[in-house]
Amino acid sequence: MTAEALVAAAGPPGHPPTESDVHEERAFGFWLYLMSDAIIFSLLFATYAVMVYNTAGGPSGKTLFSLPNAFAETMLLLSSSITFGFASVAMKSGKTAGVLAWLVVTFVLGLGFVGLEIREFHGLIQAGAGPDRSGFLSAFFALVGTHGLHVSFGLVFILIMMSQVVIKGLTAPVASRFLRLGLFWHFLDIVWIGIFSVVYLPGVL
Amino acid sequence: MERSRSGNAHGRKSYLIGFALALVLTAIPFALVATNALPKPHTLIVIGVAAVIQVLVHLRYFLHLDLTTTPRENLVAIVFAAILIFIMVGGSFWIMLDLHRRMAMASPRPAATALFSASAR
Repeated sequence: MTAEALVAAAGPPGHPPTESDVHEERAFGFWLYLMSDAIIFSLLFATYAVMVYNTAGGPSGKTLFSLPNAFAETMLLLSSSITFGFASVAMKSGKTAGVLAWLVVTFVLGLGFVGLEIREFHGLIQAGAGPDRSGFLSAFFALVGTHGLHVSFGLVFILIMMSQVVIKGLTAPVASRFLRLGLFWHFLDIVWIGIFSVVYLPGVL
Repeated sequence: MERSRSGNAHGRKSYLIGFALALVLTAIPFALVATNALPKPHTLIVIGVAAVIQVLVHLRYFLHLDLTTTPRENLVAIVFAAILIFIMVGGSFWIMLDLHRRMAMASPRPAATALFSASAR
């Protein structure tokens, strides 16, 4: 099918959708998924806010949370957002090497974030402040853990993306998946703003 | 080609502006909490305001949400999600705070009960 035929097919309704129509529809579908994810996170935030004082005689955020650790996690995730942005810019100008290099940097930063979080969770559980200790800690692990799981899935997504760029090159379907990965990754950084503003900062204060 | 080139320049600049704004909006609340420079309620307000602004900055400069170029159905979806979040989160707080107040009335706890009975008379 020639390019002209594709454009013509997009015209009258009832014709089979073109490739770019399909990609736009997928981007919209992914956007809807992100909105539903935002609702899940909002309710986890609400649960946390309701449970934050229910420490059942156990430790509160003041003794458990570390401000430098939360700050390091914030910086890692924020930096990974801008390095992903640079990968998007390289994608737009068709520079395969640039896309791969920035994706590697993004992956390393994201991995550092997940590493810090696992270390924090491990430390809490070792100190007897696991999710079974109190309502406050259950809500904390549910909220922050759900976000951490999302970031971990994002890391897998980045690895798949890199292998697709290597194997298939910067084709239209790969670019379309890359766009959705970008939405996902930036969305997770937005959720993290909520986490440090609702959980860590008021907890330490 | 020329058009896409300028588009790229705009893209990189957009990410850099967003990153700089996000850094400032992260540094302010963290610095306030680290130094205890302000009274607690004021710090909480600053944390909240900085967070809301930073979310808007991310939406604008990282997710490129724009009232004129973003497809209308995407904007409708985000507004719908915002309404749902407002109803569910707001409703949860309403119910739980109301319950909390009623429970405090019913079961005598020293300070709160004394305050309540004093104001009732």
